[in-house]
Amino acid sequence: MADPLLSFQNLKIEATAYPPGEAPRHVVLVDGVTVSVEKGKVLGLIGESGAGKSTIGLSAMAFGRGGVRLTGGQILLNGRDIRSAKPGALRALRGHEVTYVAQSAAASFNPAKRLMEQVTETAIAHGVMTRTEAEARAVSLFRQLSLPNPETIGSRYPHQVSGGQLQRVMTAMALCPKPDLVIFDEPTTALDVTTQIDVLAAIKRAIHETGVAALYITHDLAVVAQVADDILVLRHGKMVEYGTTDQIINAPREPYTQALVSVRSIEHAEKPQAEAVLSVQNVTARYKGTNFDVLKNVSVDVAPGQTLAIVGESGSGKSTLARAITGLLPPSAGHIRFAGRDLAHSLSGRTKDDLRELQMIYQMADVAMNPRQTVGTIIGRPLEFYFGLKGAEKERRIQELLDQIEMGKGFADRYPAELSGGQKQRVCIARALAAKPKLIICDEVTSALDPLVADGILKLLLDLQARENVAYLFITHDLATVKAIADKIAVMFKGQVVRYGQKSDVLTPPFDDYTDLLLASVPEMKLGWLEDVIRTRKMESAGN
Amino acid sequence: MKMPLSAIIGLVLTGGFLFVAIFAHWIAPFAIDDNSGGQWEGMSALHWLGTDTIGRDIFSRLLYGAQITIFVALASSVLAFSLGAFLGFFAAVRGGWVDQALSRMVDLVMAIPSLIVALVMLSVLPLNLTVLILVMGFLDSTRVFRLSRAVAMDITVMDYVEAAKLRGEKQSWIIFREILPNALSPLVAEFGLRFIFAVLFISTLSFLGLGIQPPLTDWGGMVKENKDGLIYGKAAAMMPALAIAALAISVNLVADWVLSRTSSLKGGRGG
Repeated sequence: MADPLLSFQNLKIEATAYPPGEAPRHVVLVDGVTVSVEKGKVLGLIGESGAGKSTIGLSAMAFGRGGVRLTGGQILLNGRDIRSAKPGALRALRGHEVTYVAQSAAASFNPAKRLMEQVTETAIAHGVMTRTEAEARAVSLFRQLSLPNPETIGSRYPHQVSGGQLQRVMTAMALCPKPDLVIFDEPTTALDVTTQIDVLAAIKRAIHETGVAALYITHDLAVVAQVADDILVLRHGKMVEYGTTDQIINAPREPYTQALVSVRSIEHAEKPQAEAVLSVQNVTARYKGTNFDVLKNVSVDVAPGQTLAIVGESGSGKSTLARAITGLLPPSAGHIRFAGRDLAHSLSGRTKDDLRELQMIYQMADVAMNPRQTVGTIIGRPLEFYFGLKGAEKERRIQELLDQIEMGKGFADRYPAELSGGQKQRVCIARALAAKPKLIICDEVTSALDPLVADGILKLLLDLQARENVAYLFITHDLATVKAIADKIAVMFKGQVVRYGQKSDVLTPPFDDYTDLLLASVPEMKLGWLEDVIRTRKMESAGN
Repeated sequence: MKMPLSAIIGLVLTGGFLFVAIFAHWIAPFAIDDNSGGQWEGMSALHWLGTDTIGRDIFSRLLYGAQITIFVALASSVLAFSLGAFLGFFAAVRGGWVDQALSRMVDLVMAIPSLIVALVMLSVLPLNLTVLILVMGFLDSTRVFRLSRAVAMDITVMDYVEAAKLRGEKQSWIIFREILPNALSPLVAEFGLRFIFAVLFISTLSFLGLGIQPPLTDWGGMVKENKDGLIYGKAAAMMPALAIAALAISVNLVADWVLSRTSSLKGGRGG
């Protein structure tokens, strides 16, 4: 076996946490990680948030973000231990031998400089090549990454290209100085599914054509299965399982890996059609001061106790539809009927019962709750506001709701900052339930959560639906979620509903081109899926 | 949580200033207008900090001056914050023409130097404490309005404020229960700063003769009365000046500490 390019021996990474109001505490982020990457191979690092995957990724450059210290073990790069290397040696190494592709390309580029200048900067600064050589290499990389107009795209500014293109430009930036190793830190997580495919395919091709080794960090096992040769599963900073991609996907040994592979195990039988509780009729809406309709003639129905899923990529008008229904963006045409009555278009024209029976749950649970209010206040306010509950009766009802969201005693006195991401979302669900609503609008409620936690939330939502007979309008870009919980589906594209009906009808061929693209773009947990999709799909993604 | 040394110093000094201000009548060895001493006497066992231009005990007058200075500054700052923060939040929550009208009015007042506005207003209005506090509070509220509007603007776009609006909450709930607790820490820090500006402002006005009127006195007025002494090497004018500086520093030490505490409270923003 050839000497590995990069190898971690018993790596230990620590940091000091400063929990508010308590004494500083010592935390071990990563412990006992031993793994190596050979030349030209791709190692996938996978785990939930807090698993230490990014921390390990950055340690391949001997870098610890924000007070993180590499305290033990060895990091061997090209045979040298770089863990305790001098700053000068690290400067020579970073951006030359090892480069980095960040999650958010939009936040990583300097908006005031042209792309070419930024792509070639490190190669020139490290003296790897002259400006002319670097620019020629950048253009050939742009071509390899299938960017449009590879000769001229370098003269654009970051805001002049799309998100998917920017991510590929960043990949070109990382590959430009001919590194031995590239660290990809969730490079496609922030992209739409349909765009993700193209970026993924481009990255994969570029890795193979340049023969570079890579660390590919992601939380999505299906994505990493497409690009990695080996996979390391991490949890709480420790190794869970390490093996070839084939073995991890098809024959996982550890229970945790099995749970990751079999995620989305929720099955939900479709309910028959029924009289609608919410009926959106020919709604058209535009934002103030623009002359462009974000919603065009949208009509959908939701039956009591059922779920309508609204699917589409960012910019398709999904969230705008929610704003139109809640009255935050009064529609310019059309009607909204709710529980047998006409809803006023604007918020101020609605009765207290209209507001009570139509609740909303947000994507980012941490900003949907006032950080200065306790869980008890957050859940208790709708009880007090809508039903006039006070004192012991209110306390009893708060506890009842906490039980319903499977959170025990003692949570009522906590502040949102003391809850985990999944718990925060549960409290938001309890707040919506407290109003005894007929319909809850769920706006991407699971997208910010880790897959296993998201599954828990979906199960809870289904349970509550069965018990309380509440209807959901479920907005998401994630088709796996839709399959799991929807009764009806509306596919939105550029402000219009392009496909609408019962779940079984919508998900049965023949498809229109857009639905086909959307369905095909959901990463599947099998090898070779990426190549199949690229070959068979009928339509190019819009964000490309 | 351990209290930092700077906060302890600040608290002790500020507490001391408040104590002597409240109990000035009992502590002061001489009456405020007792001119029994000689002109500009030096420090002695009888007159601890010497006497002033017409032979009054400087230590006693400093105590009485503290009372007036702190009371007027505090009252005007509280007024400025109540008015400015409420209107600032209101403008941010309502937006549209309400916001435009309030903001442009504030711009109008701020366009003219506040000392000049104060001088004009005080020269036409009757000179008494109430008028002085109202004028200073009104002028300072424009600054507070700016700050609280900017802070509230950031908060009103948060989902929890939208959730409260969708629940059908009244404006007063949104302002006092959703926005105020989250805007508190920058406002507390600003209060420390504004209070000191108020002390300096009242001192400036008194120095110019439009502030506190004799026989009452404040620290700025005392500087003015004794400024001629500086020419003869008499330190009388320095005493009130030092008092102003000490108060300014100690109040800000406390404000800094409150700011760092509230912003790291459990559930605090960024905490």
